[in-house]
Amino acid sequence: MRHRKRVVLRALALAIIGCLSLASCGVGGSDHRIRIGIKFDQPGLGYQDGTGYSGFDVDVATYLAGKLGYSPDQIEWVQSPSANRENMLSNHQVDMIVATYSITDKRKKSVDFAGPYFVAGQDLLVQKSNADIHGPDDLNGKNLCSVQGSTSAAKIKEKYAENANLVELNSYAECIGALEAGRIDALTTDDIILAGLASTGTNKGKFKLTGQTFTEEKYGVGLPKGTTRCPEISKAITSMVDDGSWEKFVSKNTEGSGYEFDAKANPPKPTEGCA
Amino acid sequence: MSYFDQFSRLFADYDVVGAFWVNIQLTFWAAVFAFLIGAVVALMRISPVPSLRLLGGAYVHIVRNTPLTILMVMAVLALWTQMHITLSTDFKQNFFNFAVAMLSIYHAAFVCEAIRSGVNTVPLGQAEAARSIGLGFLPTARLIIFPQAIRGAITPLGNALIALTKNTTVAAAASVAEASVMMKKMIEFDSDVIFAIFMTFALGFVIIVIPVGLITTWASRKWAVKR
Amino acid sequence: MSTQNALFDAQGPRAKRLTRVFNIIGALVIAGIILLVLVRLERQDQLTWDRWAFLFTGDAWAHLFLPGLWGTLKAAFLAVVTSVVFGLVFGMGRLSPIGPIRWVCTVVVEFLRAVPVLIMMIFFWLWLGHTSLINPNHLPFFAVVLGLTLYNGSVIAELVRSGVHQLPKGQSEAGLSLGLSSGQVLRMIQLPQALVAMMPALLSQFVVILKDTALGYIITYGELLDAAKRLGAAHSMLQALIVAAMLFIVINALLTTLAQWLSRYLSHRVGVRAKV
Repeated sequence: MRHRKRVVLRALALAIIGCLSLASCGVGGSDHRIRIGIKFDQPGLGYQDGTGYSGFDVDVATYLAGKLGYSPDQIEWVQSPSANRENMLSNHQVDMIVATYSITDKRKKSVDFAGPYFVAGQDLLVQKSNADIHGPDDLNGKNLCSVQGSTSAAKIKEKYAENANLVELNSYAECIGALEAGRIDALTTDDIILAGLASTGTNKGKFKLTGQTFTEEKYGVGLPKGTTRCPEISKAITSMVDDGSWEKFVSKNTEGSGYEFDAKANPPKPTEGCA
Repeated sequence: MSYFDQFSRLFADYDVVGAFWVNIQLTFWAAVFAFLIGAVVALMRISPVPSLRLLGGAYVHIVRNTPLTILMVMAVLALWTQMHITLSTDFKQNFFNFAVAMLSIYHAAFVCEAIRSGVNTVPLGQAEAARSIGLGFLPTARLIIFPQAIRGAITPLGNALIALTKNTTVAAAASVAEASVMMKKMIEFDSDVIFAIFMTFALGFVIIVIPVGLITTWASRKWAVKR
Repeated sequence: MSTQNALFDAQGPRAKRLTRVFNIIGALVIAGIILLVLVRLERQDQLTWDRWAFLFTGDAWAHLFLPGLWGTLKAAFLAVVTSVVFGLVFGMGRLSPIGPIRWVCTVVVEFLRAVPVLIMMIFFWLWLGHTSLINPNHLPFFAVVLGLTLYNGSVIAELVRSGVHQLPKGQSEAGLSLGLSSGQVLRMIQLPQALVAMMPALLSQFVVILKDTALGYIITYGELLDAAKRLGAAHSMLQALIVAAMLFIVINALLTTLAQWLSRYLSHRVGVRAKV
């Protein structure tokens, strides 16, 4: 009786430990795979839709991985929320991050960047029929939506329109629902994210960007500090621009939003030093 | 950086007290409305009228088995966005009111059950005595049963209040900028002091919740009906 | 007061008439509320068939609702197992004759019971990301399970403690007089009885666990609410959320019914009931 109980207990403990370690053993990975960090919740940029992954960042990452010698089925996509990106690189949980990752001096202290592969700027997304919002100065008294934890909407309140109302929802997809229903007047974040949103599924053709960007964000490919891959990736970015793939990825993922990338800054030359 | 420095940096950079103040306000208003709704539903559930009993029972069973998070999401994404319902002309106040409404609706079910468990502590003889001097259902409930039941229900009501206090963090799902939203933001920008951030918010709730528990225990002893 | 009917007499003709009137009023109120909601929905164009049709497609269930439901059940099930383990360990710790163990367990349990589950989930989600312990893709899942375990485990620890305390004193005395150590008395005599007594309360705690998995949506865990929201964003939010809520209600109602049945069945076997 006692013996049987022990066996049951031991089996249970084993089952729990087994379950835990199985779930976490994916981290190791073999040499023939590459782990790439992307966002999972940004339609048009990095999005997991139950069966697969889509978006501009996903296309860029797939191309770069191809140049590094990895076929698409050798890529392991890893979700990398903004707050975790630096740590995931320094802990070697991912080999690179392509997730709307702006190159900043503060970040350069803990990670290496290749790129930029895109220069984005903060913009506004409004309904297609909207005629009175042309830029951030027109937002006084208007209702704005942004995502909890992001600074883009706070920036607008600080610099351009003190009297704008701000609602913070859990994801951009929730914001765009409120925009479609006319409960908010504008959605604000980087232009490529907005364009990506406005070009997915049923959103196509319903929204437009004002085209008045008022910040500059250089998206880079995040790499672990001291990596040797940086020059190779810089070269891959250049060839992506040269062979037309870059433009194809942009237009494919922003189709139907009327978006045109800022031609002064794009396509960018990969200028990061690759120390 | 010592822990003391980390905490003072957090308190200097962020309005932590302000964020908790939002939770306290949510708790206060939701407690008031949840108690009112809960008392009415409890009355319905013990009333002689079958249809009211049915209605009260259905309310409790449906609400108690629905996650609060769904109610919050429903408030913003379905009621506000899709159905164009607003609870205030002021943009910000509207979300606060939605959060209070959903917290009240949800916790009213628990208040109702707390009051009912209080009713169960009232001896049968009390109701029989009340009826024998000719009181009807409502006077019996109002004058004899409820005053004793509330005193017997202090402990479960206190537990419901504590649960409500903690559940105000779910208002994040209804776009109310309370403590958990601020915590997320702080970790995003100051992830090097993540432990200090967690302890700030965890201890904040401990400081709010533990006195409520102590007061509840004290009150339930002080006002216990001696039998 | 055990029977509801103690609050009112067996009804005479006048009371019966009154009840009938109230019944009609009550029914009218219910019908009125339902009508009001329907009119409101209709006016907002929410009742048209194409706002509901997407709920009955195979795609919606195969790609969203069922995987979401699986996410919810998976997290809830693991959290149930781990919280029971946690609750037993810390509940026994709080009953330990050794002072320091008892104090540590008391502080841990009281602390964890006071911290909102959501705060714990957000913390673990982002803190575990700072370590390299877990595959980042599983972070939300582990954060949900850990948060649920620590909170509900503490509640269960309290249940264990109060369950043991409410046993008749003779039980432990009889054990001690047989020459068992206090640890053996706890393990072999008190705990098995306390577990039976706390079963109904335990099952209603499982309902809490299941409901709180929905908080996982805030930290991007793919559960039922998250699935409903994705589906709603593509089609119609209100309708998708109603279905998710109904699924939760049905599962929880089943659990509650089981708890009630068990409580009635067990009340014949033990005289005590564990309470927090």
